[in-house]
Amino acid sequence: MSNLLEIDSLVTSFSTKKGMVDAVRGVTLRVKKGKTTVILGESGSGKSVMLRSILRLTQRGSNVAGSVRLEGEDLLGKSPKEMVAIRGNRVAMIFQDALSALDPLYRVGDQLKETIRAHHKVGRREAKDRVIELFRKVGIPSPEERVHAYPHEMSGGMRQRAVIAMALGCRPDLLLADEPTTALDVTIQAQILRLFKELQAEFGMSIVLVTHDIGVAAEMADEVAVMYAGKIVEYGSAEEVLTRPMHPYTAGLIAATPQSKQTGRLSTIPGQPPLITEMPPGCAFAQRCPYAESRCTESVPDYVSAGRSQQAACFQLAGRERYAQ
Amino acid sequence: MEHILEVTDVSKTFSLRGMFGQSKGGVSAVNGVSFTLKSKGTLGIVGESGCGKSTLARLIMRLIEPDQGQVRYKNEDLLKLGGSDLKKMRKRIQMVFQNPYSSLNPKLTILDNVAFPLWANGTGRAAASTQAYRYLDAVGLPKSYAAKYPHHLSGGQRQRVAIARALVLEPDIVIADEAVSALDKSVQAQVLNLFQDLKKEFDLSLIFISHDLHVVEYMSDDVMVMYLGGVVEKGPKEEVFANPRNPYTQALLKSVPSVDLAVRKAPETELLKGDLPSPLNPPSGCRFRTRCMFAEARCAQNVPALVEVGEGHHTACLLVHEGMAAVQNL
Ligand SMILES: Nc1ncnc2c1ncn2[C@@H]1O[C@H](COP(=O)(O)OP(=O)(O)OP(=O)(O)O)[C@@H](O)[C@H]1O
Ligand SMILES: Nc1ncnc2c1ncn2[C@@H]1O[C@H](COP(=O)(O)OP(=O)(O)OP(=O)(O)O)[C@@H](O)[C@H]1O
Ligand code: SF4
Ligand code: SF4
Ligand SMILES: [Mg+2]
Ligand SMILES: [Mg+2]
Repeated sequence: MSNLLEIDSLVTSFSTKKGMVDAVRGVTLRVKKGKTTVILGESGSGKSVMLRSILRLTQRGSNVAGSVRLEGEDLLGKSPKEMVAIRGNRVAMIFQDALSALDPLYRVGDQLKETIRAHHKVGRREAKDRVIELFRKVGIPSPEERVHAYPHEMSGGMRQRAVIAMALGCRPDLLLADEPTTALDVTIQAQILRLFKELQAEFGMSIVLVTHDIGVAAEMADEVAVMYAGKIVEYGSAEEVLTRPMHPYTAGLIAATPQSKQTGRLSTIPGQPPLITEMPPGCAFAQRCPYAESRCTESVPDYVSAGRSQQAACFQLAGRERYAQ
Repeated sequence: MEHILEVTDVSKTFSLRGMFGQSKGGVSAVNGVSFTLKSKGTLGIVGESGCGKSTLARLIMRLIEPDQGQVRYKNEDLLKLGGSDLKKMRKRIQMVFQNPYSSLNPKLTILDNVAFPLWANGTGRAAASTQAYRYLDAVGLPKSYAAKYPHHLSGGQRQRVAIARALVLEPDIVIADEAVSALDKSVQAQVLNLFQDLKKEFDLSLIFISHDLHVVEYMSDDVMVMYLGGVVEKGPKEEVFANPRNPYTQALLKSVPSVDLAVRKAPETELLKGDLPSPLNPPSGCRFRTRCMFAEARCAQNVPALVEVGEGHHTACLLVHEGMAAVQNL
């Protein structure tokens, strides 16, 4: 299976009072054509920064190093003008604070039309028809009337769907979706996840979906990458990673999530992740890891392979069994 | 089991006013809600955004005044109390709010944040501090945190402080309104365990509000499902989760993504129609009818009552009730 997106040794740093700090610390990732890769991880682990780095949308003063290739084309070497042509066209992004993507002063339908017309040579009428069609696709009721609505005239769920419609407007090859359903109710979430799957089946779109919800990952993922403190600590097929986690952090995360019919105490991960300004040497999970030993605080573990596609960065894995829950 | 709280037919409609104070109609936020909380039990309340969960909690706390109904706490109607009686009663019921960032006073130390409700109730500084230390310890925060300020703490730690503050007045009932929703999964598990431990240690009764159905299932003895201000189903958690009878509860439960890879949902299953209707103008009859896959003409005419469909298990749906009648007629 061919890869649509190949990320190698991505490092994203920000300049802070304490000098440059790395929020993404060497990420290598493959996204297959027509498949969904889910990025799972706790708050602050660098999921959003990584996603923004792909499109070079990190803030000024930040630095993105490594390589990002879209169908072999290096995105980090492109001029800002070339990036504009790629964004919203071949690659679309739904930002974590998606609701702020809509300008309160303009009608939602007009904003969508402009996005479509910025990338495609279509007339006003045709653009409008496409917007109505998109509204219908994302499940906005009475789309003919809603295209005239201002953002404040829509509910939160409806605005989120409009933002998704905007991202899908140009039928991107790659959709980067940063927690697109976290703010939504489960019934609307189910609708939107279903929509993603439909569009994927229809146009063969690849999706990178960021979430901290293991249920959403299980529902959507072909591949799962688990991030911790700016690195991918485990990667593999959804089946392998979610049912037979190798890395102690992944195992801990899954065990800490209450599941249907769960009884007894929840298992927890003590403590909290390190701050990016105070990254310890060695394995970043060592302070919280029940299996940590002295070498874990001294050097950084390499990836160890197991199973078909599964890899995890942990010293204990070589020659040991997986950390079953 | 004995009931510590009995809520009967409570309603609240917020009146909306335009720019010049003219009435623009009312939002029916809570509509004829009744439930009981068992002593030392946990009642979970679930439902989508805007269905009235927080409003219900605030009505019980009397942070807002209901239009009608009764809230009986140990045989006293909280809604009839005033002045010092109300103040006394209020200490017995405490609330933990969703946002651990805005619910603490940023200018007070952690210790003083916890001691504050005691000062407000006339306890002296020294005694209040002693108590506050005790509850900080109970929620698992080391003494060294007492002198820190909220911005020094992580989200999970702040939520622990908020819980300590709710417990310091030694309430009988704690209402946790989305108390773990803003926390990371690994931290959430710590706080959920903490609630379970404290419940035992201090003999608390708990009302646990969350939109996360797995969390509610894990925490609760009884569950109540709300839709657009009303109760559509309630009962023992095992019953409601394993055998939901109301079409809305069924859709809600089926919408939750399962962590089990074997039960990935077929993409074509449509569970609900359309959007949540406006509470400004709720549908006639069954409020769920505009989204219900089973709705019939009569659902617009008749308001379904909550009818017992199993031991302690109640549901409000005309079709379910009729189906039962049919079974009984056999
Ligand atoms: N502009 C910036 N300047 C400095 N640090 C930043 C900047 N943007 C993000 N960071 C830091 O980078 C780290 C990763 O942030 P990121 O937003 O990617 O986390 P995340 O995994 O998306 O978390 P969440 O689940 O909360 O969205 C955090 O520690 C964050 O504080
Ligand atoms: N002070 C108020 N004035 C007018 N309307 C209000 C007020 N407070 C709440 N409402 C409305 O009442 C309804 C119920 O709101 P409530 O906050 O109780 O919902 P909720 O179930 O807690 O939702 P969420 O899950 O989003 O917290 C909503 O339609 C809300 O807009
Ligand atoms: S390398 Fe060591 S500290 Fe890191 S996850 Fe493995 S055992 Fe734990
Ligand atoms: S009463 Fe009618 S509309 Fe309401 S839940 Fe039952 S079938 Fe659906
Ligand atoms: Mg993020
Ligand atoms: Mg609420």
